[in-house]
Amino acid sequence: MTQISLLPVAPDASDLMHRAVKGRSLWDDALRRLLRNRAAVASMIVLVLLVLAALIGPLLDPFAYDEINKNDVWAPPLTAGHLLGADSLGRDLLVRLFVGLRVSLSIGAVATFVSLVIGVVWGAVAGYLGGVVDEVMMRIVDVLYSLPYIFFVILLVVTFGSNVILIFVAIGAVEWLTMARIVRAQTLSLKQKEFIEAARAAGLTQSAIIARHIIPNLLGPVVVYVTLTIPGVILAESFLSFLGLGVQPPMASLGTLISNGAADMELAPWLLIFPSIAMVTALMCFNFIGDGLRDAIDPQDR
Amino acid sequence: MKLSQVMLRFLLRRLAVAIPTLFVVVTLAFFMMRAAPGSPFSTDRKLPPEIERNIEKKFHFDEPLYVQYGRYLDGVVHGDFGPSLKYRDKTVLDVLEENYRPSLTIGGAAFVLSVILGVSLGVVAAMRQNRAFDHTAMTVAIAGVCIPSFVTAPLLQLALASKLGWLPTGGWDGGAWPNLIMPVAVLALPQVAIISRLTRAGMIEVLHANYIRTARAKGLPEPTIILRHALRAAVLPLVSYLGPACAGLLTGSLIVETIFGLPGLGKFFVTSALQRDYTVVMGLVIVYAALILALNLAADILYAVLDPRVRLA
Repeated sequence: MTQISLLPVAPDASDLMHRAVKGRSLWDDALRRLLRNRAAVASMIVLVLLVLAALIGPLLDPFAYDEINKNDVWAPPLTAGHLLGADSLGRDLLVRLFVGLRVSLSIGAVATFVSLVIGVVWGAVAGYLGGVVDEVMMRIVDVLYSLPYIFFVILLVVTFGSNVILIFVAIGAVEWLTMARIVRAQTLSLKQKEFIEAARAAGLTQSAIIARHIIPNLLGPVVVYVTLTIPGVILAESFLSFLGLGVQPPMASLGTLISNGAADMELAPWLLIFPSIAMVTALMCFNFIGDGLRDAIDPQDR
Repeated sequence: MKLSQVMLRFLLRRLAVAIPTLFVVVTLAFFMMRAAPGSPFSTDRKLPPEIERNIEKKFHFDEPLYVQYGRYLDGVVHGDFGPSLKYRDKTVLDVLEENYRPSLTIGGAAFVLSVILGVSLGVVAAMRQNRAFDHTAMTVAIAGVCIPSFVTAPLLQLALASKLGWLPTGGWDGGAWPNLIMPVAVLALPQVAIISRLTRAGMIEVLHANYIRTARAKGLPEPTIILRHALRAAVLPLVSYLGPACAGLLTGSLIVETIFGLPGLGKFFVTSALQRDYTVVMGLVIVYAALILALNLAADILYAVLDPRVRLA
């Protein structure tokens, strides 16, 4: 009997094993799913373009955002060198749109960051410590949740005058509540999961468990919620600006542009239409990306 | 435990959260208003100091702030919201009574409309999942979520009132229905969008459930399955959304009333805050907070009625 050599097979097997070990991480998987979502990918491209326009647009435009041109009052689009026309003071709409986009997007980013920090810390502490601390912390969230917060933002702005920093803080400070609830719920359920127990049994340290297992699993819902908070914040700011309580002239945000456009819409409809398109485009992009991320990160939902 | 007892305990628990909430609302609003620069009595021409002092005395503004706060709390507990500081000889309750009608009308109409339209759209979209109707409805729904009311309102005004002249641009006109169409539509649109998305998602999930397969196997007619068996479970996520939805309608009416020039509470709130009419602002904040709390509670009770698995604990 000849001995069957296992040798020719062995390299293959080790090769297979090697490949299996390399594998795909959860995040690679999510990224692949996200990139297959056409609406989300298109939205990301549009959003990058919008951000670029907000950053470098004002540099390319021959006009300044607060430059008053007496001869160009209510110039329609494509006249007198104004690509999108000019407003009641002859200010170029395109450059004001770039600046407005810049203001609205940065308010969205900063206020969301404020809400992210407060919300994640609050929720994680409550969820991780549990017991009385959790009870008290979440009761506070419940109480704040029932406040008619937009009224408080209005009161705040009326009280302390409108400056951009205040708007950042006011909006960010009310948007953290949902984040805190999401993070707490997630932390609570994670604490009891078998893989956390397994990690503990395997001798991982507390900090390693948090870094390797809790945070990556928190990250998914948090990222999704962040992409949905940004448009909410942009909306809230525009809402205030529309009531005349937000960004003050000659500065512009998408809200003030729409508000001014609505006032002049009979004479100069382009002043209403272009800012509205910009705003709706930005909001839709965030929503599509948020939806796409949720589908990609949480495959249970599919 | 008997059902009535369970319900009573539930209500008590919720009251235990609602009362501190209202207290926080009153306190925050009171001190924020008072921290504001400016006074309700400042006018264009300077008043003689004696008269100014007399007015301040009449409204107890000469007392220390904490005494005024105590006096205000005491009044509120006894149902007295005080006199308006801007409208002579009117109490806050008079002012509320004169201005609640437009808000209630458009808010109520928008709520009913958005629930009926949203649920129907969601159910039909779920039954035709991934077909043309579904895709169209859901694209419109995403647009509805993303197009804010202060964009739709002026655009509608531009098209339907200025250009076509079919509807009045704004105004209340004693609640004539042509004046109501645009405000209600603008207020309802985002809610229709959200409600139809929620209903569709709930419906799709429920239609895969075993008990629906059982109902089909029994040979029940499709309308019975959809309306009696599936819908009841499918609208559960929707019911918990109704509380926040009402809050959305209340805040939305702020914008809608301003744009369409309706003399409602939302418009009144902004004006009063700018004029430092402390008592009116406080009264409105309390009314809004109480409404939101009550509606949230109603939504929770409805949820428990629809879903027997939920314990009101």
